[in-house]
Amino acid sequence: MRAVLTVIGKDRVGIMSMVSNQCAACNANILEVTQTVLQDLFCMIMLVDISQLNCELSEMVYQMQQLGESKGLSIHVMHEDIFNSMHRI
Amino acid sequence: MLNTSDVLETIRMIQDENLDIRTITMGISLLSCADSDIDASCEKVYQKIIHQAKDLVKTGERLEMEYGIPIINKRIAVTPISMLVAASGGDPVKYALALERAANQVGVNFIGGFSALVHKGFAAGDQALINAIPEALACTEHVCASVNVGSTKAGINLDAVRLMGQVVRRCSEITQDRQCVASSKLVVFCNAPEDNPFMAGAFHGPGEPDCVINVGVSGPGVVRAALASAPKDLDISQVAELIKKTAFKITRMGQLIGSEAAKRLGVPFGIVDLSLAPTPAVGDSVAHILEEIGLEQCGACGTTACLALLNDAVKKGGVMASSAVGGLSGAFIPVSEDAGMIDAARSGALCIEKLEAMTAVCSVGLDMIAIPGDTPAEVISAIIADEAAIGMVNSKTTAVRIIPAVGLKEGEELEYGGLFGTAPIMPVRTQSPARFINRGGQIPAPLQSLKN
Repeated sequence: MRAVLTVIGKDRVGIMSMVSNQCAACNANILEVTQTVLQDLFCMIMLVDISQLNCELSEMVYQMQQLGESKGLSIHVMHEDIFNSMHRI
Repeated sequence: MLNTSDVLETIRMIQDENLDIRTITMGISLLSCADSDIDASCEKVYQKIIHQAKDLVKTGERLEMEYGIPIINKRIAVTPISMLVAASGGDPVKYALALERAANQVGVNFIGGFSALVHKGFAAGDQALINAIPEALACTEHVCASVNVGSTKAGINLDAVRLMGQVVRRCSEITQDRQCVASSKLVVFCNAPEDNPFMAGAFHGPGEPDCVINVGVSGPGVVRAALASAPKDLDISQVAELIKKTAFKITRMGQLIGSEAAKRLGVPFGIVDLSLAPTPAVGDSVAHILEEIGLEQCGACGTTACLALLNDAVKKGGVMASSAVGGLSGAFIPVSEDAGMIDAARSGALCIEKLEAMTAVCSVGLDMIAIPGDTPAEVISAIIADEAAIGMVNSKTTAVRIIPAVGLKEGEELEYGGLFGTAPIMPVRTQSPARFINRGGQIPAPLQSLKN
């Protein structure tokens, strides 16, 4: 089982480490990362393995949202299936 | 890995364009609850519903969290209650109270099925149930009622049509102090589908399995945004193509959530209803899609043609995206629930006659329309008869959910808030159809019914 994690917001020091720390805290393994910085807008998409999570996926989603809100970033964690079903036949 | 722009597109659809799953509706058969004692029957109904649906809301909320897609409503549809009344007799309002108690217990938004199917005549329990509808809807909050008065196979039961005009009026009268809310929870159908997940017309047909999950998707905002960002010189077949592709994506989401919900709840997955269901939220309007296609305002000449194209493209896109399609499946045009329709009704661009024409090419019918409070019951019956005739002849579902705004007149508004929105009171022709309606009897089934 994999989830897609997206981070969008104003670029600043430490976003990557903050998000990956939170992933580690939930025992989510980061599989792939792509990121771009357009002017000063940071946009990162991570594919994480959630089969070994130490909490419920909904709990991780909630924690990431809280983290994002506290740092002024928009962070979403969504099950990979939703993207696959929408964009792949 | 997934394409970045695909990921961002999905997130944009949900965050900015109001893409959501409108409803997960659990259909529950109550035939096993029939009992000759009405109190025993009500208790069985209550127990069966809370047993089957105990995890419905929780499962819906978890899916919302995990997949990141809002699921606006969790609902229940049950076997038409008239069938239980047939066995038990007694006051049907007791069943409505049992349904309300069950809805409160499991935490669903609505429970549909206070219904009767009378397209070919009244069976035991039917008339008692229909007469009890006003009180049942007035003393409950979550219960929805529907009555099927016609079908392509059977024709139209004019006695039922006459009765329903009176019932709709009565619903408004006894909830006059609450924005006539009871009539907004009552739908009069022709060719009612047995697996419709949308309220107020949802019920669990007698041909359905014991328990089933049906899903209704939404997404007018996504379609409008796709059209808005497309080049302005697309020809109309390219417009249809674009709507089709967008509908495909929306429906895939519904299919995924529906099948996952069914799996987790341990019940079979029924259908995805391919409907564009608007909300009063800005950017979530079917009228605005029609305006994006090129109309100055919804209701202008050309509205019916644009709606026909929209409705067809949504189905074509959706059919391939889903394993089983059912319910109403088409664009909804509820006036009070659609910001663009509200504006068009206020400005006079949209009238009931135009809406009637639109119902010939899209799903549902005259939906959430407020009419002057002094409209006689015969006129309401005649509106129902007109709409049922369109459904009967075109072999499609049509419905009427109109709200006589008792105590108010044309130009004033009913204000519901939430998903029900605002209903500007629209003028109705006042010439009397009373002699026609009072004839009673059955309008014969049309030639279209003889397909065997």
